[in-house]
Amino acid sequence: MAFRLTQGTFSYLPDLTDEEILKQVEYALNNGWAISIEFTDDPHPRNVYWEMWDLPMFDLKDPAAVLYEIRQCRAAYPNHYIRVNAYDRSYGRQTTALSFIVNRPKDEPGFHVIRQEVRDRQIRYTLHSYATDRPKGERYNG
Amino acid sequence: MTLDQAKGEQARSRWASGVIPYKEMGYWKPDYVPKETDVIAAFRFVPQEGVEPEEAAAAVAGESSTATWTVVWTDRLTTYEMYQAKAFRVDPVPGTDQYIAYIAYDIDLFEEGSIANMASSIVGNVFGFKALKSLRLEDLRIPLHYIKTFQGPPHGIVMEREILNKYGRPLLGATTKPKLGLTARNYGRVVYEALRGGLDFVKDDENTNSQPFQRWRDRYLYAMEAVHRAMAETGEIKGHYLNVTAATMEDIYERAEFAKELGSVIIMIDLTIGYSAIQSMAKWARKNSMILHLHRASHSTFTRQKTHGISFRVLAKWMRMAGVDHLHAGTVVGKLEGDPNITKGYYKTLRGMKYDADPTLGLFFEQDWGSMPAVMPVASGGIHAGQVHQLLHLFGDDVVLQFGGGTIGHPLGIAAGATANRVAVEAMVQARNEGRDIWNEGPEILEKAAKWSPELRAALDVWKDVTFDFASTDTPDVVVTPTF
Repeated sequence: MAFRLTQGTFSYLPDLTDEEILKQVEYALNNGWAISIEFTDDPHPRNVYWEMWDLPMFDLKDPAAVLYEIRQCRAAYPNHYIRVNAYDRSYGRQTTALSFIVNRPKDEPGFHVIRQEVRDRQIRYTLHSYATDRPKGERYNG
Repeated sequence: MTLDQAKGEQARSRWASGVIPYKEMGYWKPDYVPKETDVIAAFRFVPQEGVEPEEAAAAVAGESSTATWTVVWTDRLTTYEMYQAKAFRVDPVPGTDQYIAYIAYDIDLFEEGSIANMASSIVGNVFGFKALKSLRLEDLRIPLHYIKTFQGPPHGIVMEREILNKYGRPLLGATTKPKLGLTARNYGRVVYEALRGGLDFVKDDENTNSQPFQRWRDRYLYAMEAVHRAMAETGEIKGHYLNVTAATMEDIYERAEFAKELGSVIIMIDLTIGYSAIQSMAKWARKNSMILHLHRASHSTFTRQKTHGISFRVLAKWMRMAGVDHLHAGTVVGKLEGDPNITKGYYKTLRGMKYDADPTLGLFFEQDWGSMPAVMPVASGGIHAGQVHQLLHLFGDDVVLQFGGGTIGHPLGIAAGATANRVAVEAMVQARNEGRDIWNEGPEILEKAAKWSPELRAALDVWKDVTFDFASTDTPDVVVTPTF
């Protein structure tokens, strides 16, 4: 079974079409959330800081303009993971409200578990991304 | 003055030796205006025949603060007017023999940051009082001044989501079944399958501790193998609530330390370990970056009956102050007790930051939590993928939906069961965000997703008609209970 990265709010659904992406963007903007676009070629679940496609679009209220940026990012990084985040800056939240993947590499190599056997039958686990075996910029044939 | 005259004087006095009504001792003050810093309690009570409600309310105030059954002159060594709790209002509950008493307590009656002290003060003595047939602590208004003396949840909803890197949808869990009897290795299989299939969490059950068939250390080792393997299969952070409940604090700490060493993001404790043990683990969890799940084992023994005990909303408040990140709070649609409005009130207690009294939700008081983190409510017990639209409508995104039987009992296997639940939730969140009316269109949305998801198809077919439709025992006074 091929690997599929299932981070993000909608990864168990078929990949969202641009029309579907637009509706989620609209929902976020209607909530007053700022949209940002990020991309990476290192999808380790604890790789928090994906690269930013410019700054979060705090002042952008037009969903079509967001979609334009998503397409620009895809054109620049067609073989990277790209995610759209919606940020809720309200008091008591000040965190991401929605985050979903809008682009993925053609082949997702996935991860394997490195088990370091230590004392007492204990194992130290490391999650290793196959993609990162190659240098940045050369991963995913990108 | 003769001795007889002196005795006559004394008999008329508040301070004469002997027994006088609580009302006359200062515990009934209908004109009292509660201070901003007072704790206010709402008690539901049924007095014995012949006991007037104001006297019963005064007795509750007295017995939960300074009073004893007889007059003591040593009260006069204190600023007793301040230390006496004051019943200031009694309302009959229409159509019943019950009353609601409102009692104010000065903040100095309570030790800072101690749930044990607050519980001993307010519910410690008074529940066995003979003049009352029954008594229930319905709600507490806790002043922000007192809230601020508690640590609260080690992380709260916001930090938990950031630790897990999961946003915008309910989290998904399941309790390993059967909860007793599996060897550690077989147990880990269930954990692995459920996590790789799409759940975020798997959970030990309340009585999964360290029994002869499966000792704790073995369970932790196999469960964490399962967690790491599932992370590699999905590229997501996964967790298993390792239950660290044990006989002594030393044992509890030992198990928690081992869970941390193995790289778990979450541990769990049972309510049965006691309030102080919970507060100890809240501190430990914050210090060790560990999400803390609380299973409310035993709560129904005192929360379920409407006329006697403690309402779960009080327990929820205490647990948020004591400091847990997760607390089971009901499903409405599942197999366990839960009127929809009352349950919404619990969710508000766990997640709200500042809210008004709302009798329709059973909330007797306003409450200001300041900046205390919110607790993630957990909905668990007899729920399945076919109810996801109802669950999302009722509870929103910040909830853990736990499908135990609804995952492990799936006809295509555990991983397929997990996938069915995850697909159902994501499809429903997508539809809601698109502006669809999920309450009414839910079944249709699920059917559509089931066209491309054989896992969801099978889940809907197996559980389509399963509902648990019984009348609730604990309902608000003023609203008719809708049924789902």
